[in-house]
Amino acid sequence: MKGHGTAWRKLCRNRAALGGVVLLSLLAGASLLIPLVWPFDYASGDLREQFRPPNAIHWLGTDEFGRDQLARVLYGLRLSLLVGLVAAAINVIIGSIYGGVSGYLGGKTDDAMMRLVEVFCGIPLLLVVMLSMAVFGRGLINVFLAIGLVYWLGMARIVRGQVLALREKEYVEAAHALGASPVRLIFRHLLPNALGIVIVAGTLRIPEAIFIEAFLSFVGLGIAEPRASLGSLVADSLGNLGLQPWLLLGPSLAISALMLAFNFVGDGLRDIWDPRMRT
Amino acid sequence: MFRYLLGRIVQCAVTLWVIATATFFLSKLIPGGPYDSDKLPSAEVKAQIDAYYRLDRPVAVQYVHCLGRLVQGDLGPSYRFLDQPVQRLIARHFPPSAVLGLLALAISLGLGVPLGVYAALRQNRPGDWATLALAIGGVSVPNFVLGTVLLYVFVHRLGWFEIGVVEGPHLPSLLLPALTLAGFSLAFVTRMTRASMIEVLRHDYVRTALAKGLPPRRVVWLHSFRNAMLPVLTYLGPLAAALLTGSFVVEHIFHIPGLGEFFVQSLDDDPPVVLGVALFYSSLLIVFNLAIDLLYGLADPRIAIGARPQR
Repeated sequence: MKGHGTAWRKLCRNRAALGGVVLLSLLAGASLLIPLVWPFDYASGDLREQFRPPNAIHWLGTDEFGRDQLARVLYGLRLSLLVGLVAAAINVIIGSIYGGVSGYLGGKTDDAMMRLVEVFCGIPLLLVVMLSMAVFGRGLINVFLAIGLVYWLGMARIVRGQVLALREKEYVEAAHALGASPVRLIFRHLLPNALGIVIVAGTLRIPEAIFIEAFLSFVGLGIAEPRASLGSLVADSLGNLGLQPWLLLGPSLAISALMLAFNFVGDGLRDIWDPRMRT
Repeated sequence: MFRYLLGRIVQCAVTLWVIATATFFLSKLIPGGPYDSDKLPSAEVKAQIDAYYRLDRPVAVQYVHCLGRLVQGDLGPSYRFLDQPVQRLIARHFPPSAVLGLLALAISLGLGVPLGVYAALRQNRPGDWATLALAIGGVSVPNFVLGTVLLYVFVHRLGWFEIGVVEGPHLPSLLLPALTLAGFSLAFVTRMTRASMIEVLRHDYVRTALAKGLPPRRVVWLHSFRNAMLPVLTYLGPLAAALLTGSFVVEHIFHIPGLGEFFVQSLDDDPPVVLGVALFYSSLLIVFNLAIDLLYGLADPRIAIGARPQR
């Protein structure tokens, strides 16, 4: 894990990336810790407290069911982070297996497998995700699965490229000569050495997954009530924009800050990974 | 070149077939059918409706029939609008979306490219920082947030625009939606143009051109700009896809009766429309991407179209 260490140090030296990491930690910390001491729950409201503007008790006001908006925004933030991590993890796992196998086997199998990826790449994936959500119903698990199972194509390509390059290395040849099985070669020698780039690419998948979840929830296809998503919170505020504009404030700031943080981290990672891309 | 084009077209056809098949079987899983949700029809009426939509046949037969129809360009009748073929519904809902999309494309490129060049020529000075900050902000604020904020500020607070009242293309009422739709791409194009331009300006041939006394303007626009545009060209494909995604959001926020909003509304209960619109969108994107790939080959002679990739 030596390479990993230097990457981390480089990331810390990049000021924008470091700012991103700090902002991200703040957001994650707030979303995890504040609910422990905050007196209101995201799901239960007091109907007598309907549509209160921000005040000393409800810092971000209350919604149409009298639910505390800050509690809901923090819940949405937590949910965004969870979706990002889980969906990106599924992407990475599927992409690594597919790309690993394709790159390792090479030849005709590789051609066929990559041709398949190319065909899938022509499909507007978001439409597939939207349709799946409509068919299988909204809900957190379905969001994980829909995003996780659809958006692994890029990962597969990256891992395949890495494995293809690593396959030529001497230590792989040595392991092969010693009689290591293909499964052992892939999982023991090839994938661990492709790990650095897999981590970088996987990290870049997180904000995209977060955006897709928020988008789905915004158009009413994502998570279901009473859960709150940053996307559904913005959509809820849309209906009451004229009279209760404060409901827009929390979720907008939260998702924008989250995306900003990930953009900074992502740029930093890209600089380290591919210095020519520096912007 | 010809073989390459042929291969690509075959590949596009395969992609479309995969989409049609996946959408067909997925939409078969949607519960309910082409009946009123509040009152279930009598047995005879139901049988008639089923026969009209061929729902009385086995799914495999329906699938083959559906493919046969698609090949002829007929998307079949809608569930919600009984007597309307899906292609006519698409034709009715697409124009507002298309106008909006083209407007957003024009804003993204027409504003993003000059801004990017401006920032690159002013690298690490206030003008550059301001542009860059704007661009990073633009990439970070999701379109549904940008749209809702613009709606609140310019419609609810300032009252500069009205929404949901205008029929047909009417420029002022399209300005906010187009800006919302363009936001992300505009920021992205700006950043890309800037980065690409800075990269090109570092090349030796640029220094040579300046050293031999060519006017800087000529060096910038004739020698550097054209090369700097190549990476931006590759972004046009994802840009088109982003505009399409954005249309779902923007049309919802600004009450525009376009295809995106129509698609979202049909997802739950109108499988023929879902299939038709998905295929329509996919074909649009596929053709667009193919055009860009060919264009890329024209713009950069170093890229031999159809050459086998080096292994």
